[in-house]
Amino acid sequence: MPKLIINDVEHDVPDGITLIQACELVGVEIARFCFHERLSIAGNCRMCLVEIAGMPKLVASCAMSVNDLRLGRDGTPPTIMTESPTAKKAREGTLEFLLINHPLDCPICDQGGECDLQDQTMAYGYDAGRFQDNKRAVTDKYLGPLIKTSMTRCIHCTHCVRFMTEVAGVDELGSIGRGEDTEITTYLEHGMRSNLSGNVVDLCPVGALTSKPYAYIARPWELAKTPSIDVMDAIGSAIRVDARGREVLRILPRINDAINEEWISDKARHVWDGLRTQRLDQPYVRRSGKLEPATWDETFGVIAKKLKGLDGARFAAIAGDLSAAEEIFALKQLAEQIGSPNIDCRQDGAKLDPALGRATYLFNTTIAGIDDADAFLLIGTDPRVEAPVLNARIHTRWRKAEQRLPIGLIGTEADLTYGYDYLGAGPEALAKIADGSHAFVKALKDAKHPMVIVGQAALARPDGAAVLTLAAKAAKTIGALDGDWNGFNVLHDAAARAAGLDLGFVPGKKDLDVEAILDAAGKGNMDVVYLLGADEIDMDRLGKAFVIYQGSHGDQGAHRADVILPGAAYTEKDGTYVNTEGRAQMTARAIFPPGDAREDWTILRALSAVLGQALPFDSLQDLRAKMYEVHPNLALLDLIEPSDVAAIIKLASKAAKPGRERFGLKIEDYYLSNPVARASSIMASLSAMHADGSEKATGTDG
Amino acid sequence: MSVRLAVEQPEGFAFTPANLEWAKTQIKKYPEGRQASAVLSLLWRAQEQIGGWLPEPALRYIADMLDMAYIRVYELVTFYTMFNLVPVGRYYVQVCGTTPCMLGGAEDIKDACRKHIGEKDHVSDDGMFSWTEVECLGACVNAPMAQINKYYYEDLTPKNFESILKRLRAGEDVEPGPQDGRQTSAPAGGPNTLTDPALYANDPSGPEPGSAGTTVMASEAKRPASKHEKGPR
Repeated sequence: MPKLIINDVEHDVPDGITLIQACELVGVEIARFCFHERLSIAGNCRMCLVEIAGMPKLVASCAMSVNDLRLGRDGTPPTIMTESPTAKKAREGTLEFLLINHPLDCPICDQGGECDLQDQTMAYGYDAGRFQDNKRAVTDKYLGPLIKTSMTRCIHCTHCVRFMTEVAGVDELGSIGRGEDTEITTYLEHGMRSNLSGNVVDLCPVGALTSKPYAYIARPWELAKTPSIDVMDAIGSAIRVDARGREVLRILPRINDAINEEWISDKARHVWDGLRTQRLDQPYVRRSGKLEPATWDETFGVIAKKLKGLDGARFAAIAGDLSAAEEIFALKQLAEQIGSPNIDCRQDGAKLDPALGRATYLFNTTIAGIDDADAFLLIGTDPRVEAPVLNARIHTRWRKAEQRLPIGLIGTEADLTYGYDYLGAGPEALAKIADGSHAFVKALKDAKHPMVIVGQAALARPDGAAVLTLAAKAAKTIGALDGDWNGFNVLHDAAARAAGLDLGFVPGKKDLDVEAILDAAGKGNMDVVYLLGADEIDMDRLGKAFVIYQGSHGDQGAHRADVILPGAAYTEKDGTYVNTEGRAQMTARAIFPPGDAREDWTILRALSAVLGQALPFDSLQDLRAKMYEVHPNLALLDLIEPSDVAAIIKLASKAAKPGRERFGLKIEDYYLSNPVARASSIMASLSAMHADGSEKATGTDG
Repeated sequence: MSVRLAVEQPEGFAFTPANLEWAKTQIKKYPEGRQASAVLSLLWRAQEQIGGWLPEPALRYIADMLDMAYIRVYELVTFYTMFNLVPVGRYYVQVCGTTPCMLGGAEDIKDACRKHIGEKDHVSDDGMFSWTEVECLGACVNAPMAQINKYYYEDLTPKNFESILKRLRAGEDVEPGPQDGRQTSAPAGGPNTLTDPALYANDPSGPEPGSAGTTVMASEAKRPASKHEKGPR
């Protein structure tokens, strides 16, 4: 614990941090552009210069470790002055230099109002510049459909370059040239191929990199900002939804060290234009083969007629990937009232069973636990596509490892941004790990904290249950279940999945799961199918069944539906989502649903009243109270219940005989994997950019 | 400066077998996982092989050879000014324009370049020459000076410089080094200190009294090796 005197006050600061962090800790703010806690130190902006007694020149506090400072000659602790005349003058000088080549186009710059350079010039700058000559001009670069560039504004802090290399794991951006000719660009200006590229817009302290879809749409002070949770993947990134009036105009990340640090994926960030297109804003009823607008009463009447006297076994309900726990709970109660046991929240047919215990379907190590892991076994998963931010965390762990981190992959080979050993394609390789005969087992066993990550591609297949058992066996073999460490992890890709499993939205042993429901419907043995935002099933297999679709977007489900009940998207309701770790989090309503659309639980509540027996709750609070009674873990907002290792060990003791088929990829097109994303034109353009062949030519696919 | 690469690029690039062999020995100098350290020497060899510039396929070829991202190689070649990304003439003239040379008349040398070669950074019509201005090449005593391919030509005047260009164009050998007959960077016009012969009376190893030494020794060090190696390879 070195002692420092910072601005005349003595402080004890922790070892190993830099001076700028020490000052931050004790409440002394130091201006900076290039320093960022989660990126490597560059030390090139010179904004954080401070004076240190006894040193002839000013020191860049971002690059000076608190342990490297010497005592004064009389034994006084190192004395740092951040507000001395010299330090102040240096800051003014640095800003004046930065502004020499920075255009004064703030009125037409999208960064205006949230610009670090603007703010710091106001706070630390001199009143006027003395530079009279021409400013330099830099041609703008093409960085893909998400990032708009005004490279003349760039101050070369290299945040973006460091982020892409160190966090996103893609060597895409670089600074070319030298001195005044320095420019930030990609190799030959192809678009940035990473699904985390949008984060460079947040990182850019000036308006050089701004959001292309958001260009010239709003000023930050016009926006209502609502903290919420992302549902584009199952990790539940913390987001802030910025809306004006009835429109979401952009989505930004919030800091949550346990989950997304301060990054979000491009899909989470840019899906907002999908929230206003293809929306279902009023109920529809199919009359003589055509969907026609109807009132809520008419629609409910049609449903009530259809359900009257229906045998419960001929009714099925499927919950989709974006549904909140509240509506899944309500739908489960409704199905119980109708007398149907045929309910399923696993659209993809993943063989996860809540009866085996909660730990068998959760990411038990937790996302933050990745930082402590020292070996990985990935089974049937491409985390880069299924959970980009989580993959970035694995990448960071891999990059920071002192020795080569053992990472094994069983499944389909993919570019994960880090090096791994390819162990095999299917269950056979996994079986070899489980019985300890595989050569890679030694590396995993030698690790203190190995992690097994099972993806949905390994589970969403007929022998999925056996694969899950085998994975549990493998976890046991390599010592991932020892002591306090629980290294058995299931990586979900659907935001609603963990909550659905928590709520027990699965059929009993003898009842029908998604596959069986579709089979039955195809054979004419299923009269009514209720789709709660379920769009990822094969609609052609529903046969002649009467399909009720409740959801927010006119996607596959709505096209097949006989009745459409317009619901709310995740930005339009207060919903509970459980992420892949089992952490319950709540979204908040940023805007109202469009037109006649309603929050989903109210639709189910209203429908139940029309059907004759109202569900026993009249408000969201009532519903939650009922839900928490049965599932208390959903009340533990932002917390994780300790995982139950015993459940996994019990699972591992079962016999498993999986097939031989290789593990495929779960998500074919990352940018089009859910109804909101499919409605988004930004996602469509990204999908098109990634689908064209050029990524093969450069070999730098992101 | 946003377009830094030549517009016309060759189809591809590959080291000659000899250069490839050499590249492999260079890469072996570095420990496993640090092969990227060889990038500068490989790029330089590629530039020599092609004739003074680096086409874009060569960047990718070397990046692939060292398992580097293309952008990292691109950063390097744009940072170091000795890498040319556009073709240069057979004789690449780099005129020093930094203060001592400028005071010594570098402007006149540049004018001579304009007259005999053409615009700066443009290859002359016959492909023999291109010229550019560079920062200090460290031969300030012999200012003004220019580097032509690998050799320094010093103590230039417009007259002797034009003669150099003419002779090179005609395919003659031109002796590098000082062009006004002085010995390396010794005082122009001969020694002006320690000239008293008495000083050397008892020293059999010293130079002949009043001698400026052998000019052969000095020029040998900078002489183009042989005729067929002259110019960019």
